[in-house]
This record gives sequence, structure tokens and C-alpha cells, in this order.
Amino acid sequence: MAGASCNREVPQVEGAGTKPSERQEEKKEAVRMGVMVGEKAPDFTAPAYYKGKFTTVKLSDYLGKWVVLCFYPGDFTFV
Amino acid sequence: MSAVADNYDKFQKLGTEVISMSVDSQFVHKVWNDTELSKMVDGGVPFHMASDGGGVIGTMYGVYNAKSGVDVRGRFLIDPDGVIQAMEVLTPPVGRNVAETLRQIAAFQHVRETGGKEVTPSGWTPGGKVLKPGEDLVANVWKFWNPKDVYDKK
Repeated sequence: MAGASCNREVPQVEGAGTKPSERQEEKKEAVRMGVMVGEKAPDFTAPAYYKGKFTTVKLSDYLGKWVVLCFYPGDFTFV
Repeated sequence: MSAVADNYDKFQKLGTEVISMSVDSQFVHKVWNDTELSKMVDGGVPFHMASDGGGVIGTMYGVYNAKSGVDVRGRFLIDPDGVIQAMEVLTPPVGRNVAETLRQIAAFQHVRETGGKEVTPSGWTPGGKVLKPGEDLVANVWKFWNPKDVYDKK
């Protein structure tokens, strides 16, 4: 009976039971999310306001220090 | 953001820099700082208020909502090697807890200082019980640590 198992279809666990379009949708979602704990933080350079002056801030300038990066919905929002 | 600004000295004590980021321009950041935040925080915001025009950076971090055109409340804790150690993302109506961010920084710093030989259980605060991962600890955490040690403390 060993030969019979060779003819079995390989089970497809990933995305099983979903239509190809749905799988593509999931893939897109994964790409969009982008970051994960334990992985490098994407570097950026951004214009900034800092103590009365206009300047730029570059994340990789802070290598060697701990950094808290806080996104928020907008200036003058209530929370 | 005023809460983070008002507690900036605590971040500094932990050798930690803060960068805030929204889709507003740096010019709007200045007006917000000058007209409102400086009334809540002595001397105004002490860290870089960065501008994420178009949400390009927020998109990289997965926190830009294209429908509303804003970066949602995403907080990323980045270690000295540039690696993300923690992240928290909230929808706009609920604010973060600065004390929890500070607790996490202290915990990650402790783990890093011990080279991972000591890890911090749930609710750990500086001076609290740590665990030393190893064969002896498997199925034996109960001998060393109990959730009541932390959460039932009066």
C-alpha cells in the first residue's frame, strides 16, 4: 500500500478553502502591515519642529539609544 | 502627546529619546505647541515633533489609515540596535498610558542588560521578581512566581 500514498494530493494548508483572489488580498494585507517586533524599524528622515526651530529628524541618528516613536491622529485632536 | 511631554524627564532617566509623528506639517506642530501644549507642559514640547506628510512613514509602520488620511495611535519601542521590541496600536478615541510605556522600557532594558539571562514576568516593575530561563524552570514557574505577587499587591 506504500504506492497508494504517493498518489495522494499534497494537503494545502496555507490559504486552504479560499479563492485565489482572497489569498491575494491576504498577501497584500501582510505587505501593508510591514513591521514586526524583533525586526529592524524602518528608517526615515522627516521634517520636524523642535524647541522653537524647524529641523529634520532621522531615526538612524539615534542608534545606540532607546527610542519611543509615537504616531497620533493629529494636532489639536482632543485625546 | 502632552502626557508624554510632561513625563519627558522620566524617559530621559531611562536614556530614551522620544519622537512624535503625525501627518500635520512642522508648521502646524509649532502652532499647536505654542497655543496649546505649552499651556499644559512647562517650556513646551521637549522632543522632535515630526511631520509625516502623506502618511508615507505611517504606511511603512502599518499605522496610516488612507480612508481617514491620518496615522492612528501607534507606539513603537526601538532598542539601541534599531530593532522594534514592542508596539501598541490604538484607534483614535482612546489615549495611551505613559506609565505602561515606561514600564516596558525598564523591562526591556533589564532583559538586555542581563543578556537575556533574566526575563520579566507579567506586570513586572523594577525591583520585582525576575525569572531565569533554563531547564530547571520548565513546569516549575509556579515555584518561583505567582500572579498574585503582582496583581493582588495592595
